[in-house]
Amino acid sequence: MNIKEHIDEIRADFPILKREMSGYPLDYLDSCATALKPQCVIDEVVRYYTYLGANAQRGDYEMAAQVDHALEEARKTVMKFINASRKEEIVFTSGATEGLNLLALMVTNEYLKEGDAILTAETEHASSILPWQQAGYTKKIPVNFIEVDDQGRITVDHVKEAFEKFPNTKVVVFAQVSNVLGFNAPIKEIAKVAHDHGAILVVDGAQSVAHQLIDVQDMDCDFFCFSGHKLCAPTGVGVMYGKYELLDKLHPVFYGGESNARFSRTCESLVLRRTPFKFESGTQPIEGILGLATAMRYLQKLGLADIHAYEWELKKYFLHRAETELKDKIKIYNPLSEGGIITFNVYDKGQLIFPQDMASFLSSKGIAVRSGQHCAKLMGEILGVPGTVRASIYFYNTYEDVDRLVDAIKEATIEKCLDIFF
Amino acid sequence: MPIDPSYYREIIMDNYSYPRHKHLSDDKDYDHRHMASDSCIDDITVQAKIKDGKIQDVRFDGQACTISTASTSILTHLLEGKTIEEAENIMNNYNKMIHGQPYDADVLEDAVVFEGVAKQPNRIGCATIGWRAMEEMIDEYEKAHPSTTKEAAQ
Repeated sequence: MNIKEHIDEIRADFPILKREMSGYPLDYLDSCATALKPQCVIDEVVRYYTYLGANAQRGDYEMAAQVDHALEEARKTVMKFINASRKEEIVFTSGATEGLNLLALMVTNEYLKEGDAILTAETEHASSILPWQQAGYTKKIPVNFIEVDDQGRITVDHVKEAFEKFPNTKVVVFAQVSNVLGFNAPIKEIAKVAHDHGAILVVDGAQSVAHQLIDVQDMDCDFFCFSGHKLCAPTGVGVMYGKYELLDKLHPVFYGGESNARFSRTCESLVLRRTPFKFESGTQPIEGILGLATAMRYLQKLGLADIHAYEWELKKYFLHRAETELKDKIKIYNPLSEGGIITFNVYDKGQLIFPQDMASFLSSKGIAVRSGQHCAKLMGEILGVPGTVRASIYFYNTYEDVDRLVDAIKEATIEKCLDIFF
Repeated sequence: MPIDPSYYREIIMDNYSYPRHKHLSDDKDYDHRHMASDSCIDDITVQAKIKDGKIQDVRFDGQACTISTASTSILTHLLEGKTIEEAENIMNNYNKMIHGQPYDADVLEDAVVFEGVAKQPNRIGCATIGWRAMEEMIDEYEKAHPSTTKEAAQ
C-alpha cells in the first residue's frame, strides 16, 4: 500500500492520535520506544476479555477450545510473519528482553564451558550484553566486543577479524537494527561467518521486526527475539524464535503448569511437553498474543516494504530540511542509516543543548522524542557525547510531524528550554 | 518574593553557564557522593567539607542538564557556612517547594527560581540530584558526630 496516499485512513486507525500533548496535537516521534496501537489491536484485546475469556490448554468446554484455536492460529501468523519453517519454532515470551535472557541462560548452561566466549558490539542495547555477562559469570565466559566502523556500523570484516582475535567465540549476538543509529547489520553474511567457525548467531530483532520484511530462514540466524509492542501489539508479549533442532535441545529456565506432561515425586520423572510448549510455563498473556497476531496482520496489510520506504522518505525529508535550514544548529549522527531513526544533538551558538533539556522543550511543543543513551550505555564513547536526542518515525507520522520537529529545533535555545518551568 | 520569570530564567542560565564551585578538591576532609541518574545521563559528583557542625564548603563536578547543573551550583553557595540545622531547614523547604507544597521562600534565596519544577514532575530528579547527595552526606555526618551537631545548633 502506498502509505503517503493513504495516510489519513491510516491515522484514523489510531485513536490515540486524536489526543493532545502540552496543548498541541500529538507529534509522536518515539515509536522505537514503543509503537502506538491501532483500533483493531485494541478491539482484539477487548474481544478476549469480553468474549473468549477462558484460559488456554486447560478446559474441555467450547470457550476454552476457542481460545486454544485462536492461540495456535496466532502462532502460525507469527511463523509466517518472520518466515519460520514451522510453528513449533515460535515460543511466546514477555518480550525481546526475556527471550534474550532465556537464551543466555539456556545456551550457557547447555553448550558453553570455561574458555568459550561471546561476541557482540559496543553499540548494542543492554539486552544483548548484560544477560550473557551475567549468565557466563560463574563459568568465566567473557563477552568480547568487535570494532565498529567510523559510522558506528557492524561490518562482516570486523566480525571476521574478531573471530581471529577471539577464536573461542561460540555465540555471536547482534541487533539486526541498532536502536540508536538505526543501521542494519549484515546478518546473513555474519551468520555464515559464525557458522563457519562453529558458533551460533542470536539476533535481537526488537528494532527491525516492525520496519522491514523479516525472513529468519534467509538470514539463517539460529535465534531471533523481538517484542510485540514495537510493532503495534500490546506490551508484555514477545517472541523467541529458534531453529527447531537447536531450540528442542535446550532445557527451559522456568518450570510449572502447562510446560510439563507428567511428573511425580522425583526430579528424574519429569516429562516435559514438546517444544515450544515446554518453554511456556504458566498462563501466557493470551490477549497480548492475540493482539500480536492482529498487529502483524495489520502491518502485512500495509506492507512492510512500503512501511520501510515511507519511513526512509520522511527521514530524507528531514535531512533535506536540516541540510538547508539547520546548518550550524544540529549534528546528526546517522544520516546514512536508511530508516526512520534520526539521532542528533542541537546546538545554541555552538553550545550543546543538553539532550534532556531539548526533549523537554520539544515536549512543550507537543513533540515526543527520547533523550539519553537509549539503553546503549557504551555508545557515548563512540559518539563522543554524553547522550543524544532520538526521533523515530513510523508509518503513521506525517510530513507535518517532521516539519514541526524541524521548526522547533530551529527555534530552540538553551534559554527557551527553560520556558517549561515558568 | 517577586515572581519575575525573566529574572528567574537569568539566574538559572547564569548558574548553568558559569556554575559556582564546579571543581573538586583533593583535600581528604571532604566527603563525596557520586550521583549517576538511572533514568537520564546526569552524572555528577558532589563534595562537602563539614566540620564542627558547620558546612565549610560544597563543590561539584560532572555532566548534567541545565536544571541539574544550576540547582547544584545554587546549592553549593547557599549552604556554604551554614550550620547543619540551618542547612536541613533550607533543604526541607526546597523539597517542599519542588513537590508543590507550601514553603518558606525567605530561607531559599536564589533557589526559589526552581519553583516551576513542581509543574514538571519528570524533571524533579534533575532539580534534586545534587541536593540528595548533600542530604546523604549530612545524614552520615550526623550519625558520626551526634554531639557536635547539637552544640553548633545551640
